[in-house]
Amino acid sequence: MTEAYLDIRDLSVALQHSGDRLLRRVSLAVRPGEVHALVGESGAGKSMIARAVFGILPKAVTILEGQVTIEGADLNGMSEAARRLFIGKRAAFIPQDPLTALNPSKRIADQISDRLIHILGMPKAKAHERAAALLEEVKIADPERVMRLYPHELSGGMRQRVLIAAAFAGEPRLIVADEPTTALDVTVQRQILALIAGMQARHGTALLFITHNLGVVAKLCQTASVLYAGKVVEQTSVRRLFADPRHAYTRALMAATPRYDRPEESLKPASPELMGELAREVAETDALWAKERAHG
Amino acid sequence: MAEARVIRVKAGPRLWLSGLWLTFFALAAIFAPLIVPHDPLAQDLMLGKLPPAWVAGHEPGYLLGTDSLGRDVLSRLISAARPALFVAIGAGLAACILGSVLGLIAGFFGGWTDRVISRIVDIWMAFPPVLLSILLVAFLNPSLQSVIIAIAIIDWTRFCRVVRAETMQQRRMDYVESARAMGLSSIATLAREVLPNVLPAIIVLLSLEMGIAVIVEAILSYVNLSVSTDQATWGSMIAEGRGIIYQAWWVLVFPMIALFLTVLAFSQFGEGLKERFDPVLR
Amino acid sequence: MADALFKVEDLHLSLPDLARKPLFGTAPRITILKGLSFTVPEGAITGIVGESGSGKTSLGRTLIRLLTPDAGRIIFAGRDIAGLDDEALRPLRRDLQIIFQDPFSSLNPRKTVGAIIASPLLLHKVATAGGEARDLALEALTQVGLPASFAARYPHELSGGQRQRVGIARAVALKPRFILADEIVSGLDVSSQAQILALLMELRARMNFTMAFISHDLSVVRRLCDRVIVMRKGEIVEDADTVTLFDKPQHAYTRLLRDSIPLPEVSDGWLQDA
Repeated sequence: MTEAYLDIRDLSVALQHSGDRLLRRVSLAVRPGEVHALVGESGAGKSMIARAVFGILPKAVTILEGQVTIEGADLNGMSEAARRLFIGKRAAFIPQDPLTALNPSKRIADQISDRLIHILGMPKAKAHERAAALLEEVKIADPERVMRLYPHELSGGMRQRVLIAAAFAGEPRLIVADEPTTALDVTVQRQILALIAGMQARHGTALLFITHNLGVVAKLCQTASVLYAGKVVEQTSVRRLFADPRHAYTRALMAATPRYDRPEESLKPASPELMGELAREVAETDALWAKERAHG
Repeated sequence: MAEARVIRVKAGPRLWLSGLWLTFFALAAIFAPLIVPHDPLAQDLMLGKLPPAWVAGHEPGYLLGTDSLGRDVLSRLISAARPALFVAIGAGLAACILGSVLGLIAGFFGGWTDRVISRIVDIWMAFPPVLLSILLVAFLNPSLQSVIIAIAIIDWTRFCRVVRAETMQQRRMDYVESARAMGLSSIATLAREVLPNVLPAIIVLLSLEMGIAVIVEAILSYVNLSVSTDQATWGSMIAEGRGIIYQAWWVLVFPMIALFLTVLAFSQFGEGLKERFDPVLR
Repeated sequence: MADALFKVEDLHLSLPDLARKPLFGTAPRITILKGLSFTVPEGAITGIVGESGSGKTSLGRTLIRLLTPDAGRIIFAGRDIAGLDDEALRPLRRDLQIIFQDPFSSLNPRKTVGAIIASPLLLHKVATAGGEARDLALEALTQVGLPASFAARYPHELSGGQRQRVGIARAVALKPRFILADEIVSGLDVSSQAQILALLMELRARMNFTMAFISHDLSVVRRLCDRVIVMRKGEIVEDADTVTLFDKPQHAYTRLLRDSIPLPEVSDGWLQDA
């Protein structure tokens, strides 16, 4: 098995003022060429993990323990400037909302080439050429015309393609995608997923894919971490996850997911007993850790 | 069922310090005739330009000294709080009601109503405000009522613009559509659903406007266009003090401090309210 | 199914395009609905499905006459309501309820949950006094599975799923003949989504209202709806009972929509087919 490119070990973060934990000893690894799903519902801490990878946690949040390593280098040990440069050359981000993620007053060409010029120090003409090639790679017809447009002149699916092109622009070895297809129509979602999968495979990128949609996990990803209340409750290959879900929460998520092929077995709400059980489990581990910390 | 909770104030220092000063100011204005140590109009040329109590040459009983005509500065300061408060409330409320009603209508109904009101606001705001108020008061004859009318006529646009923008934002919310689906009339929707959500912004603006009104009144009485000379105002005191600043600085300085603190308190009170309202609003 | 509650004939709708409005004069109009005809059977749940820009939301709003159609007839309970003005619609509003997509903007942030549910009751004189309205509001809260103590809370103190329950309570409290549910689960997590849909099915069994359920998600519609209308660009592509629509879709677009949904099971090649 190849070595992990992104390696998160025992990462716990908490709100500074209350001490409430948002992530509870999260460990996960993404290898080159692998798509790893981070599955969970809102508030589970999915985006917090993405922020921790890029070192952009909110000010009110502190890291209690654990480390994030990329290419074997511990990010916490670096100064902020060094970390930014280190990450900028190795990792990129695809956000959920394709409209707010693009600068409304910049042409598409500049949105892509700026990254190449500033981070990789590419000369302007070459960056422009590369931007056109990238737009072609994300299957945008007539890239020269699209490069002169502004974001508001594109449809949602087109914008997401531009963001994917921008993410792959610097040949990053790691990409973190945060629900990149949630805001799209299903037919467009399928095209975008196919595009991401194809580019990821061609470039051999390690991809951490954040989603709440189990269908997307099944179709796109090879390994998965199921997150509940900032805790990884199940971590396995996607094949095993769907063939034999081990954790009660995973099974509850699957039962609640709508399926048009088996309507009677789908959309089953989780029982209050299960939710109570899960909450108790989290409270117990928190209490245990609090005791450990108190004893040094 | 409880009506909308409009104010949920957890007072921060900004809010209670400014609130304290404003309460003090309002009490001084209301009870001025009862608490002034001297008649604010009584002249005694023998006691002219007496310095405040902590400066050599003072007379007992004149805490902040006297002006060139021998009138007690402290008494004049307190009695001048009256017209200031009167203008703050009168002009503030008048501008607020006029501007807010037009702003609500423009923002809620949109279309040509909005276009007409917005154009009027644009034109209105192109006039230099102080010049316009001087012209207006001169035309209406100098008096406190004229000052209030002038301020209201000039400053309603502040309310109108902000309230219009807030209303337009609320108008897009589904709860407004829901009121329509319920069968509520437009006016009732505006009053019962939208207004409570715009009210915090109005209250904050009102507080700021009251401070502005106090300043404008001071400017107008500085150029002698406010009340008649037999009522002390901070503006007229500043005007008198300016001429004798080298002989009796206190005649100028104390009304300036009173004016400064009051206007600052109004604006800080408004800012404090805004901080309190914001988490509820968004 | 029984008789039609709604009978819609040749419905046309256009809206002003404010983005392209010139400085002076009126905005050009965009055609939204291009002559739709269909019926909504009484006592059933009709799904209206389409992607963004299909006109499904506008169709819903036109049915309950929040929008006025350019032409066509909307016969509700035997009466054409397409051309009625606000005044004439007011008495009908009680029977035409709506539940909104965004539970964060559909509840007035400055009113308590109790007041939100009670105000339509008082307006339509279903309850004549405050006490009576309170009792009915509490009853509606219980029906949607919220504790009575929630009546005193404000919307921002509630989770998304709880707010959506309040939206449902507001609609069902009036015991209307028709409820329009506009994308009411699309902003929710899968577990709240499942709960809300289970609640709708339970309420329908108990109260027997007619519902139009607007959604972009065919898989949600499969479980809940008795029949489905598929829309695309302001036109009806397919209109069939749910089982037929999923098992033997007649139109290629319906098939495309169905097959674009990623099923939660591993299958290689799904992405390659795109």
